[in-house]
Amino acid sequence: MISLEGLTTLLQTWLQNTLGEPWAFAAESVIVGIAAITLFAFLGLALVYMERKVAALMQIRLGPNRVGPKGIFQTSADTLKLVMKEGLTPDGADKFLFNLAPFMVMIAAMLVLAPIAFARNFQIWDLSIGVLYVAAVSSVAVIGILMAGWSSNNKYSLLGAMRSAAQIVSYELSAGLSILAIVILTGSLRISDIINSQADGWWIIKGHLPVLIAFIVFLIAVTAETNRAPFDLAEAESELTAGFHTEYSGMKFALFFLAEYINIFIGCAINATLFFGGWMPFHIGGWDSFNHVMDFIPSSIWFFGKTMFLIFLIMWFRWTFPRLRVDQLLNLEWKYLLPISMVNLLLVTFMAIMGWHL
Amino acid sequence: MFIKEYFKTIYLTVSSLLKGMKTTGYYFTHQKEIITEQYPEVRPVLAERFKGEVIMPHNEANEHSCTGCQACEIACPNGTIKIVTKNEINAEGKKKKAIDTFVYHLELCTMCNLCVVACPSDAIIMANNYEHSVFDRREFTKVLNNPGSKIMEGIE
Repeated sequence: MISLEGLTTLLQTWLQNTLGEPWAFAAESVIVGIAAITLFAFLGLALVYMERKVAALMQIRLGPNRVGPKGIFQTSADTLKLVMKEGLTPDGADKFLFNLAPFMVMIAAMLVLAPIAFARNFQIWDLSIGVLYVAAVSSVAVIGILMAGWSSNNKYSLLGAMRSAAQIVSYELSAGLSILAIVILTGSLRISDIINSQADGWWIIKGHLPVLIAFIVFLIAVTAETNRAPFDLAEAESELTAGFHTEYSGMKFALFFLAEYINIFIGCAINATLFFGGWMPFHIGGWDSFNHVMDFIPSSIWFFGKTMFLIFLIMWFRWTFPRLRVDQLLNLEWKYLLPISMVNLLLVTFMAIMGWHL
Repeated sequence: MFIKEYFKTIYLTVSSLLKGMKTTGYYFTHQKEIITEQYPEVRPVLAERFKGEVIMPHNEANEHSCTGCQACEIACPNGTIKIVTKNEINAEGKKKKAIDTFVYHLELCTMCNLCVVACPSDAIIMANNYEHSVFDRREFTKVLNNPGSKIMEGIE
């Protein structure tokens, strides 16, 4: 059976036989880089199309339906337009920071890709502190956003960037606490360990109510960290024109736009990995024949299916809920999510000590 | 009780959010609810009384029923209609007022229907045509009576 795992092993043995150890590693790095960029480009196009279709259907509209069958080439056409547009730099802007900021945001998004397991044994870097790495690097994006807001020399951009910083810094806390819930249950920060611990059932099923609460808190935190509605105060188009990327145009704007969707994908991928077992098929402890049937579905399909479901859930939020005010946003975090996730963490710890989880 | 209020707020928030998600979820799964009209391919079905533009119907003999009384011109609130009259000498040798040109400025018209109401001889009506875009705005100034048309017999 052809699997991504077999493909990588095949490629590695072939490269090592033909090129030798150091050059094979270099070639693999290049291939991984190209694959990551291709994935990003494809994800950007696919997710924007999905977003527009989901939005349209929820608002009783049709959505893009002119370019190509059912409008699937609409986003490609939009990207082509963005590539051909001029990337303006305003006169009063800090030119160096202004041009650096979109790449900072993009690089932060790309770095988080490293520990994500896309399929069985198909992972760029299975480092021992995978979850900590994700939590740490995903908050680097705020530097790029602040940079963009500050260097644009525009009050809307600065306001948007400050809001975004306040928001990301606040919601990191409850996201971290919900990640901790799973780390306590698994006893490891390594992504592959977390996935393998769910071989007899996903944590969302095994962990009872506390893990369900942790999942909901993490979902809200991911929505807030990616600056999406109902937490899109950073770019609130009705108040701040476009927030921190007001002054950006052409490809630099496209990078911000792409980074937003990549961040959603990564947030949902982490969410799927922690609570739904990543590439792990739907297993129930003890039901061996049932588990075996589930194994026939390739692990990459499981991973992308779960991730896409969570992305759909986040899109559903966006097109249903109205935007929060800044004070409401911080109230939600500091008065509700943080105390709840702290008590929840205590519950999870107690549950893990007593061994009450399945 | 503070604690009771706290959890009540959470419960009310979650239930109202779920109610909203139920509505959008219903629309997402029920595509027959879509109200978009795909205009150039699918034409809207218009009511007969839809007011698109003012026209002057002519019969087969190229005759209209406008007497040139200018009631419509007076009724029009924004000077859309301009009637140029002439004097015709009929068979009995009497002078009779008749229209020379019925000028209609479509770009000024608000489709208020007051001219049609004012007309004593039902010479003008509202048509259902709604596609008025042209490349030259001079085309908006229309002459409603056909060249060489005459007033119908028996209309005073």
